[in-house]
Amino acid sequence: MQDSIDYRAVGLKVGLEVHQQLLTARKLFCRCPAGLYTREHDGTVLRHMRPTLSELGEYDGTALMEFKTRKNIVYLLHRKTTCTYEMDDTPPFLVNEEALEIAVEQCLMLGCDIVDEVHIARKQYLDGSIPTGFQRTAVVGVNGRIPFRDRELTITQVTLEEDSCREVSDRGHLIVWRTDRLGMPLIETVTGAELRTPEEVEEAILLIGRVCRSTGHVRTGLGASRQDVNVSVAGGRRVEIKGVPRAALAARLVHGEAIRQVNLLRIRDELHRRGLRSADDVVSHVHDVTELFREGPLDLLTEARWRSWLESTGRRPGFEVGTGPFSVRAVRLPGLAGILAHPTQPGRTFAHELAGRVRVIATLDQPPVLLHSEAWPAGAGESLEALRRATGAGPEDALVVVWGAADDTETAASEIRLRVEDATEGVPLETRQPFPDGSTDFERILPGPDRMYPDTDSPPHALDPAHVERLRAALPEPPWEREARYAAAGVPLDETRFLIRRGGSRLVDRLVEEAGADLKRAALFVARDLKAARRGGLAVDEIPDGAWVGLFALFGERPVLWEARREIVAALAASPALEPAAAVRELGLGEPPGDWEARVLELAATAHPDHPDGSVEQRLRFLMGRAMRGLRGRVPAREVLAVLRGQLEVQA
Amino acid sequence: MTSSPDPLKGYRGLARERLAAWGVRVWSDVRVVNTAGSTFEGVILPRSETFDDLHVVLKLKNGYNVGLHVDRVATIEEVGYREAHYKIPEQEFPRRDDLPAVTLLGTGGTIASRLDYRTGAVIPAFTPGELYGAVPELADLCNLTTKKIFGVFSENMSWPEYATLARAIGEEIQAGADGIVIGHGTDTMGHTAAVLSFMVQDSPVPIVLVGSQRSSDRPSSDAALNLIHAVRAAGEGPIAEVQICMFGPTSDRYGLLHRGTRCRKMHSSYRSTFRTIGAIPLGMVGREGFTILDPHFRRRDPSRRVKVDPVYDDRVTILYYHPGMKPDVVDALVDAGYRGIVIAGTGLGHVNKPLYPALGRATAAGVHVMMTVQTLWGFVQMYVYETGRELLDLGIVPLDNMLPETALMKLGWVLGHTHDREEVTRMMQTPIAHEITEREPHNGYLILQGGLPEVEEFVTSHWK
Repeated sequence: MQDSIDYRAVGLKVGLEVHQQLLTARKLFCRCPAGLYTREHDGTVLRHMRPTLSELGEYDGTALMEFKTRKNIVYLLHRKTTCTYEMDDTPPFLVNEEALEIAVEQCLMLGCDIVDEVHIARKQYLDGSIPTGFQRTAVVGVNGRIPFRDRELTITQVTLEEDSCREVSDRGHLIVWRTDRLGMPLIETVTGAELRTPEEVEEAILLIGRVCRSTGHVRTGLGASRQDVNVSVAGGRRVEIKGVPRAALAARLVHGEAIRQVNLLRIRDELHRRGLRSADDVVSHVHDVTELFREGPLDLLTEARWRSWLESTGRRPGFEVGTGPFSVRAVRLPGLAGILAHPTQPGRTFAHELAGRVRVIATLDQPPVLLHSEAWPAGAGESLEALRRATGAGPEDALVVVWGAADDTETAASEIRLRVEDATEGVPLETRQPFPDGSTDFERILPGPDRMYPDTDSPPHALDPAHVERLRAALPEPPWEREARYAAAGVPLDETRFLIRRGGSRLVDRLVEEAGADLKRAALFVARDLKAARRGGLAVDEIPDGAWVGLFALFGERPVLWEARREIVAALAASPALEPAAAVRELGLGEPPGDWEARVLELAATAHPDHPDGSVEQRLRFLMGRAMRGLRGRVPAREVLAVLRGQLEVQA
Repeated sequence: MTSSPDPLKGYRGLARERLAAWGVRVWSDVRVVNTAGSTFEGVILPRSETFDDLHVVLKLKNGYNVGLHVDRVATIEEVGYREAHYKIPEQEFPRRDDLPAVTLLGTGGTIASRLDYRTGAVIPAFTPGELYGAVPELADLCNLTTKKIFGVFSENMSWPEYATLARAIGEEIQAGADGIVIGHGTDTMGHTAAVLSFMVQDSPVPIVLVGSQRSSDRPSSDAALNLIHAVRAAGEGPIAEVQICMFGPTSDRYGLLHRGTRCRKMHSSYRSTFRTIGAIPLGMVGREGFTILDPHFRRRDPSRRVKVDPVYDDRVTILYYHPGMKPDVVDALVDAGYRGIVIAGTGLGHVNKPLYPALGRATAAGVHVMMTVQTLWGFVQMYVYETGRELLDLGIVPLDNMLPETALMKLGWVLGHTHDREEVTRMMQTPIAHEITEREPHNGYLILQGGLPEVEEFVTSHWK
């Protein structure tokens, strides 16, 4: 198993779909509040999804797969966050104009051409993540590009769409969703498949994030931006890793997927060598072996153990549990010996590929999902021999065993075969779910364009070119220009990017423009001082931007206040409605006390460090610390220092 | 399968001119470059005639649609032509000797359909073969026959259609159907169910109306489950009356069987929109079979002879009374030749005093004026107040707890028989299919009030 890989040599290609929630008051197609999350619910709905026939009378592959799983879908509702639209009991209202405007602005930031007339489409999702069974989505911008490294990154298209439900649990045949996030507006930015290394992927995600956040009109924080990462290697196929929360994780996942695809191609080659050159060559034999394992020795394959697992995990007939009696099924795969143990990703083998399909499509999720001949439980060799005899398996055959409700084991057996058939072609088109260690597991078959159709509930929406031009004229500068400008003023790149990411750069620019602040000082104040204060538990984000502008105007008038900025920030955070001038007054800052020199001189005469080492510098530091306690923000530190130094020199 | 006769279907004005000038048409596979240098590749779609005449709709290769302003098109090149052919795959509907024969009569609503992914057009699936492709579960429930009676939207159903439908039901019953299902749009399903309750009497088998609140082209549609429930109610169900079968809760749980004369659509879009008013539903139908809620129904009996009586006089209307209503409205109806007026009155059945002379003129002119209540629940009671007694003296006929729409349907049907005042009054006040009930049970009026602690407790612990 190789952990390092030459990305160029394997022909790694990655494209991104970056999702970013927009900062709107309301959801995209109804009047529910956006950005409100709940942990409770006060209503539940049970639904099922049924695929609809597509153009040629075929079902979309994803739709068919999701129908096979026969999921009971439960939605948790709360009246604060959800109305009858999210329940799919009311048609959509007209599209949220505020969201559409922000989407256009985002497209312009990404260098896109704005479409003339927006058409809302339905994109089918049968996993239940959206109660209608489809997501409403529309292309707003196309053909964009942004500077990236020494080249340009293509923005293929930007769509405006409604966010989906949050998954609460997925156990057996029951999946539970919370509907608070459902319907919130987001944009999906699709890049060209032009990224060549994990590092580039990470960098591109961060870059798009900075572009989106430059306007201050998008949401930030946990879950507000997520990306789907599309990965392929030469000879492989597009695999979509879904819902990656962080850029750094994306890099790890790309690495893991590149290795997985290379390994799947090796498995393909090995299958071809063994004469399994296409799906038609794959044979599987399914045996009901319930009786064989009824009395052990493998406890895992007994009905009693399964029943107690169902009970201990609270699984109910008709909800989580599938139909039919307990059954154990063995799938004999001629010619597959050794293949199931072939490594795919770090720590995973081809058997995990089969297990992923069984877990998702057959909903058999009792760990370890399946047993197979290449990694049979230790100490149970005799039972494997018995199984080989019962199924007529020769040394060149592999065996996979699944157990659970009869109908599900039947589905599992057919899915195992389908996955092996896919293996003869290398990499199947899949959507995969990410794990923090950089590995992935099967989520669903990658859907095709067949699942898109027009939303007959929503009229097309022509965009007024004059309005688009007004938005264009008001755009903030793109992050790369800001980075250059800040760098010229001496602001380090890390601080600049932090400011862009967290929305602080707009405040910095206001401080410079409206209060005449020095750019570097303002930038470091927002990036470092406020960050430190925030970490220290001060509610600095409650303080209105206008107060900061007022404060910097005061710094300009009375520079001595700068030295007391921490005290002032603390006072403002304690009462955010306070005017900065009033805060300064209350703290007694700005004016030097009339007798300050006499007090400093008296201090110099009377105060000594606890453990004097006899040096003048030590005494100076000690005395400065004591003296400034009452003088910071009233007398400039350098003046106090000068007085003290003069006195010590006299004493010496 | 339809091939559009107009190659620029739906395009008007400037867009139409430009498309013609460019030499492209609907279903042309094109490559467009706009004035900003962006390239769009896809198929030109038909456009709705209600949209503007400035944009061309393109279905992109990735499935999305966009509208391109004709003034921004720099170049357009036809690279192919891909006309959509609307055809539903048919599979033979399996037949089993042990299953009941159910006839599905189509009126125009789509209970099952196939979606054209390119245009979004919904193509109804209707033949047994088409339905089997869309809802295979039906084959476990019945041997299905389908007949398309006509194709109209629910809101366009009217008296001639009611009569045609009633006759068709009679014929199917004569021909030996074990149950009838009628696919119907939901907007006026209540009206149709009511009128069929009068036009088709003494049915030996169930007559079940069904539709959907979410169109059948959606994955979350209630159509398939409603159809399954309705077919079960028609083929196996014990209730040989005209009934509506639609979702009980909005969850995929069970259907309710509502008596045709006592049922009303109560929400513009909820799945659980149909409610029995002033009584309880006849029963529930689900995966496990039937739960009868009201045992007083007419049982299935193959020996009973159906009586089809499809007569009508369509000069009838409902007058929804409101404060400030002027008498000229009533006069205008009389002048226009209406022969029957159902008033949906306030409270126990009232209208304002200024209307009295006009109502007097109406009855004197031979118009039959009925009184129902716009509260929907409860009885007309015109003896409580003097105003009510005055209305009775004017010849206005109180209809107890008959629903206004049911009263309208019954009045049209009664006037198809006679215009004799006494006979009309007698027929209107004599219930045929529970359109008037003697008693209102206390659970016949239940509108749970959200927000109340006990209601919230109930709602939180039950499927919505």
